[in-house]
Amino acid sequence: MTEHVSPLAMASQGLAPEVTVSKDIIRRGLIIAPVVMVIAGVIWGLTGAWSAGLGLAVVLMNFGLAAALISWAAPISLALMMGVSLFGYLIRLGLISVSVYLVRDVSWVSLPALGITIIVTHLGLLFWEMRFIAASLAFPGLRPNAQEYPSSSAAETP
Amino acid sequence: MEAIARLVAAEATPAELKNNAAAASAGYAYGLAAIGPGIGIGYLVGKSVEAMARQPEAAGMVRTTMFLGIAFTEALALIGFVVFILLKFA
Repeated sequence: MTEHVSPLAMASQGLAPEVTVSKDIIRRGLIIAPVVMVIAGVIWGLTGAWSAGLGLAVVLMNFGLAAALISWAAPISLALMMGVSLFGYLIRLGLISVSVYLVRDVSWVSLPALGITIIVTHLGLLFWEMRFIAASLAFPGLRPNAQEYPSSSAAETP
Repeated sequence: MEAIARLVAAEATPAELKNNAAAASAGYAYGLAAIGPGIGIGYLVGKSVEAMARQPEAAGMVRTTMFLGIAFTEALALIGFVVFILLKFA
């Protein structure tokens, strides 16, 4: 007789790949930050440069928070991970809204620069990361850096 | 409230009408842009949990793909959000 275990009662133990991915994205984001600020500065002036820095900080905070929430919840239970992913989305969207709302009237912020930086850096950093992740998942032997992208972890029942 | 009352009384100036339309459009843009990714993330995470339960040894790979999927889906909400702030505040 087999014992029925609900998938939601399971937990995903082991390494947290999303933390690795998130750290990688944040590292790359910090590397390109001066370039993004200079480009925004050329287009929108000094306010654009500061706004681009703020926008990039918001994007990196968003990635870090998403990874932290999932890596916290996954070893506890998959049901909690599901809830945290959904409510985390709402919370992060709310935090981004609040952070932009608070600086909307500040003199050194240009809202078009801030908004465009948020979209461009979010998508740009994701596509940049995808290049490495795709190679790592499809051809594990050819992954760019084996230390950086460890293999899959096992899921266990608690 | 005063602007709405004037709208009802058909006394609104073109500038007020434009501002009101922009405010309403911004609200719709943000709300509609947040609904789609919400459904998408729910579906994505649900399927990921199913995959991890079926094949626990692939959990790491599934979590990596899931995280990237969430981030890409969220980009849609961010686009809606940027449209909102540009319509509302810029």
